[in-house]
Amino acid sequence: MSDHHDDLPAFCHPVSTKLLFGVFFGLIALTIITVATSALGSALGMPPAFAFPLAMVIATMKAFLVCAFFMHMWWDKSFNVLAFLSSLLFVTLFIGMTMMDTGEYQPTIEAFDVNNLANVEVSE
Amino acid sequence: MAVADSHDTHDDHHDLYDHGEFIAHHFDSAEQQFDSGKLGIWLFLVTEILFFSGLFVAYTLYRTNHPEVFEQAHVFLNKYLGGLNTIVLLFSSLTMALGVRAAQLGRNKNCSIYILITMVCATMFLGVKAVEYSHKWDMGILVRSAFNLTYTHPTPTTEIGKALHISDYLVYLCVVPALLLAGFLVASVISKLIDKGTLAKFMIAMAITVSGYFLGVCIGIIFMNATEGETGSTHASVIAEQPLMLMASTQDDHAEDDHDDGHDHDDHDKAAADSNHEGEHADHEEHFGAHPADGGEASFDAHHPDPSTLSRDVGIFFSIYYCMTGLHAIHIIAGIIALAWLYWRSLLGHWRTDYFGPVDYVGLYWHLVDLIWIYLFPLLYLID
Repeated sequence: MSDHHDDLPAFCHPVSTKLLFGVFFGLIALTIITVATSALGSALGMPPAFAFPLAMVIATMKAFLVCAFFMHMWWDKSFNVLAFLSSLLFVTLFIGMTMMDTGEYQPTIEAFDVNNLANVEVSE
Repeated sequence: MAVADSHDTHDDHHDLYDHGEFIAHHFDSAEQQFDSGKLGIWLFLVTEILFFSGLFVAYTLYRTNHPEVFEQAHVFLNKYLGGLNTIVLLFSSLTMALGVRAAQLGRNKNCSIYILITMVCATMFLGVKAVEYSHKWDMGILVRSAFNLTYTHPTPTTEIGKALHISDYLVYLCVVPALLLAGFLVASVISKLIDKGTLAKFMIAMAITVSGYFLGVCIGIIFMNATEGETGSTHASVIAEQPLMLMASTQDDHAEDDHDDGHDHDDHDKAAADSNHEGEHADHEEHFGAHPADGGEASFDAHHPDPSTLSRDVGIFFSIYYCMTGLHAIHIIAGIIALAWLYWRSLLGHWRTDYFGPVDYVGLYWHLVDLIWIYLFPLLYLID
């Protein structure tokens, strides 16, 4: 929540120090959790496949805290928020499209015979 | 640009609407100017995210196709140093947010203090990073084309390196900050002598900022020694205990090329890739167990791994690592320059309740740099 100051212009929303410190300690706690789960995860019997998604979920929670409160997005104009979120959409498209294309040249690579370069068929 | 008085303008709240010395003539009001600037900085941040996303694409591609390389490479990264840097950066984000708040309330003195703390944290981050980089360069852990892992630290050849028992590369990385520190100290003395109070203050603050770098270097070395030991680093001991760790998987690549290609490239599904990854991991465990018992295979020398396969695998990871962290470090340096400008304007008492845009905008940029690190840290350091 913002401090309420009657004498401030409408576009000026100082965030209360209490909230800022709260967010900071939340971020520190999440950092410690993510390092701890990485260091002790396998010892505590966490399946390895679980480690990466967990680390990403924690990172996204931290990103949310930074965006919403440190970057004032919670109180910002929705158009600015939209611009920011649209960038995430394009990043998803960028990564997604590239991932779909990774196998494209695999047949060519597999056909490549390192031991017998003369036999390599050059395909168009 | 008009120069306001250098006092804190905290008391000038009442007359803030009648003069808008920083309101550009093409804006109707302070609010319109602020909103335009804010939209502008958000669009800039969008381009920054897309800029970094190229590297994230490289990372995602390489990790899905070669998860085993990430398994190997992570032993070379010290997650405690990375964690320390994360906390330093988060703290700088807090002080930046407090600085923005101070500017919004027109408290220029508080704002300047918070900005100074932010700058010191930023240089500390770079100092710790310098320790990490020099440690890797020492061991020949470089980008793909120059990768030449030696497992040992060469003895320093520079005088300072010998005296302090630190890497030569760390000495080189400290040259520019040392020159800057000396320059700012001299400048502060000169400006004091010619009676430029504000300038002297600024120069002293810059000297403090640069000394944050050396503080970071010291903390980094202490942390490094505490977590990795004086002589044997974590990765050295891991390699000593499991000398075939790196080789086992490079060998897998040769022996099981068909197998590899079969599953790695056909599966675009993340979950499927993950389960393969586990399968491979299990394979490696078997190799670890098998090799010491049968004394290693004839084609494979545990003590002298083939550098070409090593560099191919781990070298590419480090190319990605250096690009991502290096680009991030460049953003930190740019941030420090922007923060220095804000510090100067805080000293001049420019911020008012209707004019704090620049602090807010640089703050947003600073938080974005933090945001990128929030993702880089688990992606690069916390691979297990």
